[in-house]
Amino acid sequence: MRAVITVIGKDMVGILAKVSGICSDCNVNVIEVTQSVLQDMFAMIMLSDISDCSVPFAEFSDKMKALGDELGLSIHVMHEDIFNSMHRI
Amino acid sequence: MINSGDILETIDMIQNENLDIRTVTMGISLLDCIDSDIDKACDKVYDKITKYAKDLIPVCEEIEKEYGIPIVNKRISVTPVAMLAAACQTSNIVKFALALERAANTVGVNFIGGYSALVHKGFAAGDYALIESIPEALSVTEHVCSSVNIGSTKTGLNMDAVLKMGKTIKKCAEVTADRNCIGAAKLVVFCNAPEDNPFMAGAFHGAGEPDCVINVGVSGPGVVRTALQKSEGLDITGVADLVKRTAFKITRMGQLVATEASKRLCVPFGIVDLSLAPTPAIGDSVANILEEMGLESCGAAGTTACLALLNDAVKKGGVMASSHVGGLSGAFIPVSEDAGMIKAAEKGILTIEKLEAMTAVCSVGLDMIIIPGDTHEDVISGIIADEAAIGMVNFKTTAVRLIPAIGKTVGDTLSFGGLLGQGPVMKVNTASPSKFIHRGGQLPAPMQALKN
Repeated sequence: MRAVITVIGKDMVGILAKVSGICSDCNVNVIEVTQSVLQDMFAMIMLSDISDCSVPFAEFSDKMKALGDELGLSIHVMHEDIFNSMHRI
Repeated sequence: MINSGDILETIDMIQNENLDIRTVTMGISLLDCIDSDIDKACDKVYDKITKYAKDLIPVCEEIEKEYGIPIVNKRISVTPVAMLAAACQTSNIVKFALALERAANTVGVNFIGGYSALVHKGFAAGDYALIESIPEALSVTEHVCSSVNIGSTKTGLNMDAVLKMGKTIKKCAEVTADRNCIGAAKLVVFCNAPEDNPFMAGAFHGAGEPDCVINVGVSGPGVVRTALQKSEGLDITGVADLVKRTAFKITRMGQLVATEASKRLCVPFGIVDLSLAPTPAIGDSVANILEEMGLESCGAAGTTACLALLNDAVKKGGVMASSHVGGLSGAFIPVSEDAGMIKAAEKGILTIEKLEAMTAVCSVGLDMIIIPGDTHEDVISGIIADEAAIGMVNFKTTAVRLIPAIGKTVGDTLSFGGLLGQGPVMKVNTASPSKFIHRGGQLPAPMQALKN
């Protein structure tokens, strides 16, 4: 199962390191990363493989949310299928 | 990888534009719970619902978490209770409502619909008793919703039932006057009621439905409005295309959740209801979409045309996104649940007469309209008859959910809180239709019914 992790907020040092740190702690493999700065806002999108995630999905998602709250960023972890179903026929 | 613009668009829809799954509703047949002993029947009802729906809430919460999409309501609809009441040797059938309430509390759903009767061609055993018991049932329970189908295109209108429902709506408001007349907000009078509608208060599980089924209602007025806001200078064909594209995306998400919920609960998937259902939250308003199309306010001349376009485009966009479409499918216009409608009604721009015209082209009918508490019951029946006639002739579902605000009059406000919202008491034409309403009988089906 693949999940999309999105990080949106003000740019700062170490975002990528912290997010990928949690991925590594939970045995989540990062497949692809894109990032861009839109109107002073930082937007990073990571495609990750969560098939071998060492914690339940909900816990992984909560950890990311907690990191987001700590850094003042909006971090979401969502199943890839929601984007596929919405944007692909 | 998926286009990052698309990903951000989805996140934006959920975070900022109130995109959500409005309801996952489990339909459960109670036909096998029929028993001549009402206590036994109630036990069977409770046992069946709590057995079938025990995982409904946990599974929905799991899906919410995994897909990051909020599922606002989890609900249950059941076989019209009048069918169970028909077998019972008692007239005190409120026990069924209490059994439904207990089941709803046990499984944790926020509404359970189906305290209903289908009387479009006359009253069968159980129907009278059920209708008589509605005010008490809605007063002693919190989660139970009731509906009565009084007409259809095929059968015409049961005018005896129309008379009865005027009285019943008034009584429902009176017995719950101390709780903002909430009883009347949980009662819908239908013409052409669909059997697979997931939305409350009118949901029930039709007799033609399978034993258990999952129906999903999507929403997203905020998303449609924002899409229109971002696209200046479109002609009206462009507007329709944009609504279609947006409705497609919203519905695909509904279809995904419906399929997933059905798989995890091991219950067949029924339908996705393609709806734009507003909430009182700012920005989540159908009225605002109409205003975005170019009206100064919802209720202005042009409102019916804009709503017709919206309703049609939502269906056209949604129908390809789902394998089975059903329920009410279209744009809802519940006044007290829509911030834009409330504002227009407060200003006096949106009137009941205009709303009636709008119901000819929207998905349901006169919904969540607060009227003066001293409105005569025959006037309420007259409004029901008008609304049902629109549904009957146009081969569409129409409904009436009016709340007589006991002790209040035009200019006052009634507030329910939560999803039911609040609204101003609206002016009603008080000229009497009493003689017509008291004639009784069956208003014949129109020519449109003879399609065979």
